[in-house]
Amino acid sequence: MEKAIKKWFPLFALPTLVAFVIAFLVPFIMGLYLSLCKFKTVKKTEFVGIDNYIKAFSQDNDFLNALWFTTKFTIVSVVTINLIAFIFAMLLTKAIKGTNVFRTIFFMPNLIGGIVLGYIWSMIINGVLYYFGATITTDANYGFWGLVILMNWQQVGYMMIIYISGIQNISPDLIEAAEIDGANAWERLIHVTLPQIMPSITICLFLTLTNSFKLFDQNYALTSGAPGNKTQMLALDIYNTFYGRVGYQGVGQAKAVVFFVIVAAIALTQLYLTRSKEVEN
Amino acid sequence: MADTTRKWDASPAANAPDNEEWQQFLAGAAKEKARKEKKEEMDKQKNENKNLKTPMTGKDWIKFAVLVVIAISFILPILLVLMNSFKKNVAVSNEPFSFPNSESFVGFENYTNGIEKIDFFPAFFTSLFITVFAVAFIILCTSMCAWFITRVKTWYTKLMYLLFAFSMIVPFQMVMYPMSFVANQLSLDNMFGIIIIYLGFGAGLSVFMFAGFIKSVPLEIEEAAMIDGCGPVRTFFMIDFPILRPSAITVAILNAMWIWNDYLLPTLILNRQKTLPMAIQYLRGGYGSIDMAAMMAMLVLAIIPIIIFYFACQKYIIKGVVAGAVKG
Repeated sequence: MEKAIKKWFPLFALPTLVAFVIAFLVPFIMGLYLSLCKFKTVKKTEFVGIDNYIKAFSQDNDFLNALWFTTKFTIVSVVTINLIAFIFAMLLTKAIKGTNVFRTIFFMPNLIGGIVLGYIWSMIINGVLYYFGATITTDANYGFWGLVILMNWQQVGYMMIIYISGIQNISPDLIEAAEIDGANAWERLIHVTLPQIMPSITICLFLTLTNSFKLFDQNYALTSGAPGNKTQMLALDIYNTFYGRVGYQGVGQAKAVVFFVIVAAIALTQLYLTRSKEVEN
Repeated sequence: MADTTRKWDASPAANAPDNEEWQQFLAGAAKEKARKEKKEEMDKQKNENKNLKTPMTGKDWIKFAVLVVIAISFILPILLVLMNSFKKNVAVSNEPFSFPNSESFVGFENYTNGIEKIDFFPAFFTSLFITVFAVAFIILCTSMCAWFITRVKTWYTKLMYLLFAFSMIVPFQMVMYPMSFVANQLSLDNMFGIIIIYLGFGAGLSVFMFAGFIKSVPLEIEEAAMIDGCGPVRTFFMIDFPILRPSAITVAILNAMWIWNDYLLPTLILNRQKTLPMAIQYLRGGYGSIDMAAMMAMLVLAIIPIIIFYFACQKYIIKGVVAGAVKG
């Protein structure tokens, strides 16, 4: 059977493979090479070794500032999103009227794209700050918390859905047994519910972690990095280095490689942790 | 294929032809027993359901009230945008929380103004075209590719699988600059070429997910089909593709959400056309001056199709999200 299928490689696998090579493989390898070059266009490059990497960190503080801002933002939004989503999920798995309606409403913002979201919230936040004689670009803190609120509004519903499916998979016998043994609601949460939904927690942590770390559209539409690049996240800093400064494309590509290494490290750590948990089970 | 199934069904009775009466009695008794058990189970379930529907206690009412307040605050931003889309530009930035009054109300002026400014309808149809065809191609090509690399086990299929999995952890910023160069060189910088780019860049996740689903399709069905004279192509489309339908919906929804809302990739790839997110960003203009009133109107127009899509396939979307998260 395998042999018969093998003959059909050009029909089954080739179209995807060709597109994959064009859109991913070639650009990826070119990207690695270009990060070691000085260039204005891809056709005219000059090999400069690790010069770009040194420049990325030493020329100005933009990249390190963006890294710090991104890390801060990621930690705050991961904690808030997961906490709120979990509380919503707990509320909505109880016998309360209209749980489906609530679910529908909480999930809805997730479908709206980053650019649109950014402008919705810039209108609202600027409207509130207007009464205090400020705008969202007056202070970097406004931009930071604005971004946190925006991300919560967008992501809470998605994570809530995953938590709900986790909670619904817990066998009622377990909860009942804990009740018979005299565990109160808090003890049941800590010793029964949380350990039982560990898979959902890992997934949600991973999704919120990578979503927050790689954020671009929302950041671009909400503040664009203002004031003075202080609310610039890594992805936006890379974009601005590429397209905002002539002759800095090499540095931009070097920053992009560093960015890739960090994202890959997060993803692989996550994968490793999930795998080791699977063995325990 | 139909013939073989019929034979299997008939075989147990054919084995015991002499004491048919006894067989019938046994079968009847077993049926009766099963029925009884099922009824008991259903009664139990009914009771449980009754317990669930007991009137809510005081505590539950407090929770319900809290949820209502939160739900309203979740919809409020969208309602604010809708309300402000009917107001004058100054009123949007100075008093965004008050209802339009006789002075600030401008009717549909923001809509006509915005539609003209950003060429809304061409952008809308470009977005629609790209999303529909890119998703269709991704579903067709990546499901075939995933089937091929799970069924054929050699060095190059293993390598492909590894590369697809690897591509999922690479952020877009890493490849965006060389990608726009390659797309430009190959004349893929239009709304047809971008579909190939989406297929290539989205292949990783989609192939990975399809491969996961295909592993759960029993090989025996395919073998049976092939023995009955189906070639690989017919086997895939007649046997596997229908089985994969629910998974295909999941993959389609995840990709549609990504492509419809994507801003950066089309901005870098497309040479002349604009997608909807690009058109909206275009309103910002130079030096941070934004026509907020027209912006509000365009945001409303951008959100409406998403909400229609959401209510039309809500069931699939929520299921798809759970399945996609668990598999991905």
